[in-house]
Amino acid sequence: MKRLRGWMLRIAGLVPSARRERELADEIEGHLGMHIDDNLRLGMSLEEARREAVIRLGGVESTKQIYRERRSVPLLENTLQDFRFAIRQLRKNPGFTATAIFILALGMCASVAIFAFVDAALIKPLPYQNPGRLVGVFERIEGCVQCDLSYLDYLDWKKRNQSFSSLDVYQHTGMMLNTSDGAKAAQAARVSDGFFRTLGVTPVLGRDFYPGEDLPQASRTVLLSYAGWQERYGGKADVLGKTVTLNGEPNVIIGVLPREFHFAPAEPAEFWTGIHATGGCDTRRGCHNFFGVARLKDGGSVGTALADVRLIAQQLEAQYPDSNRGQGAFVAPLKDGISGNLEPILLVLMGGAGLLLVIASVNVASLLLVRSESRRKEISVRSALGASSGRLVGQFVTEGLVLVTAGSVIGLTSASWAMQLLTKLIPADMLNGMPYFRGLGLNIRVLAFSAVIALLAAVLFSITPALHFSLSTLREGIAEGSRGSSGKAWGRIGSKLVVVELATAMVLLVGAGLLGKSLYRLLHVDIGIQTDHLVTMRVSAPRSYAKPEKSIAMERLVVERIESLPGVKSVGVATDIPVSHWGNTTWVRVLGRPWHGEHLEMPERDVSATYFKTLGAKLARGRFFDETEDASKPMVAIINQAFAKQYFPGEDPLGKQLSHTSIPPVPIQIVGIVEDIKEGPLDTDNFSTIYVPFNQNPDSDFNLVVRMSQAEQSLIPVLAATIRQIDQDIVASRGETMVDRMNSSFSAYLHRSSAWLVGGFAALALLLGVVGIYGVVAYSVSQRTREIGVRMALGAQLGSVYRLILKEAGLLMGAGIAIGLACSVGAAKLLHGLLFGVSSWDMETLAAVALLLGISSLLASYIPARRAASVNPIEALRTE
Amino acid sequence: MGDKADVLQGTLALMVLKTLEALGSLHGYGIARRIEQTSGDLLSLNYGTLYPALLKLEQEGSIASEWGVSENNRKAKFYKLTRAGRKQLAKETRDWEQTAAILARFLAV
Repeated sequence: MKRLRGWMLRIAGLVPSARRERELADEIEGHLGMHIDDNLRLGMSLEEARREAVIRLGGVESTKQIYRERRSVPLLENTLQDFRFAIRQLRKNPGFTATAIFILALGMCASVAIFAFVDAALIKPLPYQNPGRLVGVFERIEGCVQCDLSYLDYLDWKKRNQSFSSLDVYQHTGMMLNTSDGAKAAQAARVSDGFFRTLGVTPVLGRDFYPGEDLPQASRTVLLSYAGWQERYGGKADVLGKTVTLNGEPNVIIGVLPREFHFAPAEPAEFWTGIHATGGCDTRRGCHNFFGVARLKDGGSVGTALADVRLIAQQLEAQYPDSNRGQGAFVAPLKDGISGNLEPILLVLMGGAGLLLVIASVNVASLLLVRSESRRKEISVRSALGASSGRLVGQFVTEGLVLVTAGSVIGLTSASWAMQLLTKLIPADMLNGMPYFRGLGLNIRVLAFSAVIALLAAVLFSITPALHFSLSTLREGIAEGSRGSSGKAWGRIGSKLVVVELATAMVLLVGAGLLGKSLYRLLHVDIGIQTDHLVTMRVSAPRSYAKPEKSIAMERLVVERIESLPGVKSVGVATDIPVSHWGNTTWVRVLGRPWHGEHLEMPERDVSATYFKTLGAKLARGRFFDETEDASKPMVAIINQAFAKQYFPGEDPLGKQLSHTSIPPVPIQIVGIVEDIKEGPLDTDNFSTIYVPFNQNPDSDFNLVVRMSQAEQSLIPVLAATIRQIDQDIVASRGETMVDRMNSSFSAYLHRSSAWLVGGFAALALLLGVVGIYGVVAYSVSQRTREIGVRMALGAQLGSVYRLILKEAGLLMGAGIAIGLACSVGAAKLLHGLLFGVSSWDMETLAAVALLLGISSLLASYIPARRAASVNPIEALRTE
Repeated sequence: MGDKADVLQGTLALMVLKTLEALGSLHGYGIARRIEQTSGDLLSLNYGTLYPALLKLEQEGSIASEWGVSENNRKAKFYKLTRAGRKQLAKETRDWEQTAAILARFLAV
């Protein structure tokens, strides 16, 4: 207790106080006065009395100093003094300080901001109970590992499995919401009764589904997402018990989900309803529309669960060969399915930001080196005056700390700002599917990451100059003045650092070049249609249009009305449109070949007669459909070239007959072959695809494609209004141009964001690298001014001076580029998964980057070389 | 002065406390002189070391100080024992007597 009190007072003593200092002086003076008085009384002379008193005291100043040390904490006081001195030093040199802090903040900002995304997607636990025990459960077929389950299969899996403490399913779907203002499209999810219990999520208001509440006969109930509750009901508690009409069915609101709840695969669903399997896809075992989520039993692993469901799938395959042939099973940690698709790009971005940080740190370190070089004299003087080497190193450490602290504060602030900016750059639709990026900020993990970086930087920045002054050379400093061996020593370290910078910049530039090139390739990939002046829109009619003839009549009316709009050249209809997915598959077989129940699985698109013409797709052979081909006519189909190549190699498919796998077979005649259209994402290979006439398989839910003569953007609202005029309960949604659709597709977005971000990092790295080489060459020129002067005085030509300087720069540059090239090839291999249509060995990119780096470094070294060449020999000799 | 003993580490505080107990309020110079006299001029005290010791005792709350005027009219800081200081003195006296007794036994062997 007494000790504590003593320490507190000593720490308080750190604050400099003139009063305490004066009191100390008074006390010592009083002491000496009394002692001198006594001595005088003993008969000494005044001088002798005074001398004796001071000796007995042990010296006035040293007494004061030991007193001061007792008054506060010497170590701490030294440190504070160092800090004050460091800040004074840094303020005296604002250009250096601002540059160092800015570069450091830049590197910090980039890596912290990217880390925040990595954290949110890959590190932060999902907002469920014990999320590590949750798995995604899928059916697996050839060519599709994580495919959906059929409802009937799910019921069997749920009943028979041994490894899950619970298994539930969900389906993300659009629903029609009846409002006072007609029908509106709403995002919804259908889930089995135990879905939220499996996740371990409890509604924040109201209740969860009761067991059995998702069965067909149960009355319909719905849970609201927190955002939906706020937006549509103003966050009022009386929402419970209200009725909302979805797809024509009244649903009673029973609860509201927590604010922090999100479930990426079904976002941004506002309405979460039970399944109520009453028909359609839900009651057909061969129709797959649900994904499973399960909680592993205690002690169980993903592997045992996988073996378990595989066995069930085999049993079902034997039991229901018609519907389950080839249907396997797959289980993976839930997290993989939620943000696993972002892992490669995030890791690449993190790598890019990390490299930028490296180059920034190296840059600051070499700035510090130059600075410590110019302070050689100051350090030598301090050392000669008796500063301990510990105290000198302490000074460097303190300056490093001050720089890092300032850089970190600025870096963190701008990082949190950059995170918001980057989040805003993600298109809203896509961000909805990445709910884990909501509320991105400086959480504890991000702060810890920043602290580690700051610590490493602090160590680097205090060690570099301290190491530089190996203390043996210090004494030479005074004698040596401002040039000579010390300058060469600096040159050696500094030039090594520049090689590191250039090599790093090279790696980033190559990465950016490859990503940029693959983005270009992706956006210019041939998707088999003419993408300009094309508008797409989804049309969803209520159940009253479900009958085939009603669907056809409605489709014809919609097409007719839109065709009559000004500027419209043609209109087509399809169940799914290009650049969406390779799903909605069907099973077919080729008639006339031996058959043992096997099937070919491929996407089926039901399209109108004008569809291909409207898209501008090319007919390879045969014909397109005719509007009169409906259920009363023989069944026909058009196949794509991939189909022809895969299943009719060396044969003419025209006139051949296909059939679904039903018994007895219904023949479908192949009447045309269309050149491949990219039905799925831009970066996927073309799949065998079958097209059948819309009129032979109509649907009340379809997509429009509209070819315009121009100004397609302005048509979108007109289209929606025209459709609404027909019936205000028909919902027209997702109107966009085909070009926008491609640009905003997920694969394009991934490629674009990685190309731009890595490109930005690379541009900064190039700048820093070039500034680095400029710095080294300029410093070397300033050190060699005298030498150059002598050379010129002795008759050296301008050309040879240039050569002298540029040779040095060229060596550094060559080393940087060579090392960078080797590293780039390695780094590009890691990029492989993100590249499209470009090999990681792309010579063009490598050559272009090497050239760019070479030219920029040469330009950067040309400036100091010119200065060297313009040296006036007489002036140069006089400077020494 | 070669035959004078240096002040044993840690005993200076005890001497200061004891001096203040005996004489009440006293300034630094007076304390130093008194310690020398009490020791029968056997102790060589560097007066300068007294002041940090006084500061430490004051920081720990064993003594308190106030400014006053000395007998020959000099401005001086006067120290006096606090209640905590009295307790500390009692405790340190006990500790010291115990140590001395133990040592005495050793030396008697």
